[in-house]
Amino acid sequence: MGFVISAIVIGGGLLWILIRSLQGKDVDRRVVFTFIGITVCLAVLFQLKFGESATPIVKAAFDKIEQLPAGSKIVISYDFDPAMAPEVHPMANAFVRHALAKKHKIYFFSLWATGQSLLEVTVQDILKKEFPDARYGIDYCNMGYKAGNEGVLNVVITDIRKMYPGDVNGTPLDSLPMMADVKSLKDMDLLISIGGGKPGVKEWVLFAGDRGGIPTAGGAAAVSTPLLYPYYPRQLVGLLGGTKGAAEYESELIKRYPQFANIDTPALQMMGPQTMAHVVIVAFIIIGNVSYFRSRRKKVTNG
Amino acid sequence: MKRQIPLLIIVVVGWVLMFSVFIPPMESWGEEASLFFDIIAVFAFFLGGGNLLRVHFTKVSRKSANWGYSVVTLVGFLAMLYVGLFKIGNTGGIGAPLDATGSWFQLLFKYVMSPLQSTMYSLLAFFVASASYRAFRAKNTEATILLIAAFVILLGRTPLGTILTAWVPDSFSIAQIPNLAIWIMNSPNLAGQRAIMIGIALGVVSMSLRLLLGIERSYLGSDN
Repeated sequence: MGFVISAIVIGGGLLWILIRSLQGKDVDRRVVFTFIGITVCLAVLFQLKFGESATPIVKAAFDKIEQLPAGSKIVISYDFDPAMAPEVHPMANAFVRHALAKKHKIYFFSLWATGQSLLEVTVQDILKKEFPDARYGIDYCNMGYKAGNEGVLNVVITDIRKMYPGDVNGTPLDSLPMMADVKSLKDMDLLISIGGGKPGVKEWVLFAGDRGGIPTAGGAAAVSTPLLYPYYPRQLVGLLGGTKGAAEYESELIKRYPQFANIDTPALQMMGPQTMAHVVIVAFIIIGNVSYFRSRRKKVTNG
Repeated sequence: MKRQIPLLIIVVVGWVLMFSVFIPPMESWGEEASLFFDIIAVFAFFLGGGNLLRVHFTKVSRKSANWGYSVVTLVGFLAMLYVGLFKIGNTGGIGAPLDATGSWFQLLFKYVMSPLQSTMYSLLAFFVASASYRAFRAKNTEATILLIAAFVILLGRTPLGTILTAWVPDSFSIAQIPNLAIWIMNSPNLAGQRAIMIGIALGVVSMSLRLLLGIERSYLGSDN
């Protein structure tokens, strides 16, 4: 019902704009802005949802975590800020859920100052609520934020303790049971960086994954994803791009793990507004071209 | 001296970092240099904060155009600094983690900074729509190819792409919009990206060599 109402409102409006364009009237950018606003609002209001299935590049990341034996060591690095969070935070949460469901050990890092606070949201909302049995220092640990960008990776690839004498709370690393057999990143089974800027997925590939021969996966904001394609599939085992990538991962997680059937899936929910917005943009491109060809023909006719 | 010492530091650290990759006994030297980089990066925060205060205080004191925004910036910056530095509202006191539950810093981050930054980023959607309307016009062959690619990517990044071409038999799966979008990203886009990356890498190598040999001095403030 919500979809029908949205389609009537948006479709009717677009048709009106098309008729105006055919009459030779230009569309003001404020009209475009209003349409995008209304479209997104309607999709959010009616909670429009569409089905998703994982593409090979997302499935590769999922399968990598799936294939690792229980107890494997996974680094998840929060390299993003609140601006990117709506796109990439759902990826981070999905990775955490998947890794804990598979009984892997998670080592949280953050190369962005803002990443540490955003990680705290995951710890409070996902880890503590959905996995109350997960114990700090045994199943997961938080290394916190370190300044120095690639310099941090340059050190931790050979010795983590040199850069991190303690975890985020200052607890000595040697007192954490899960750090007992970990000297450097080379002892990890998988590295996952989630972000869309610098340092981010690319730096993890160049300074850690590639150098130490450690499998690396990534999740990035949609605008940054095309820059990472050259690293797939040899240097990146899998890559999640934008909300779509996150939604694909969430759908795969729900499909394979029935216990997650009722979890909050923000990326899948966001795909409704994104789909509608994309359709409106496509419609505006068509209207723009109709208007362009009409004005060109007019010029030719008038000589 | 003012120029020679920074130049010497750059040249020495640069060579050390390079040799540390190729000569295993020198690996620890590279780590030491990286540790110093970590310390310098922390000092950069102080410089950044100091510069922000200087610029905005000047704007406010001179009542430059839009100085009101500078007041908001200063109040926001100082409030966040005060709350974070003294761990206001943190149940564990000054010794507890900065982002402990209930701390004012975490609340400010969650309810002020997070929504503001997300809003700024979300505005992109409006500008993308407006720019697409004006820019994607089939003016010539190249523009038409770009337009078609944009169409495929826009639809391929939504479930609508799957629905629209679900009727295409699997033997022609390449013609399905999502697969076409993947092909565009994995072939023409990848080729372009690789070319750009190779270009950047060559530029980085030449610039690094100029730094290591002490030829490049523009970063010291002047080329003379």
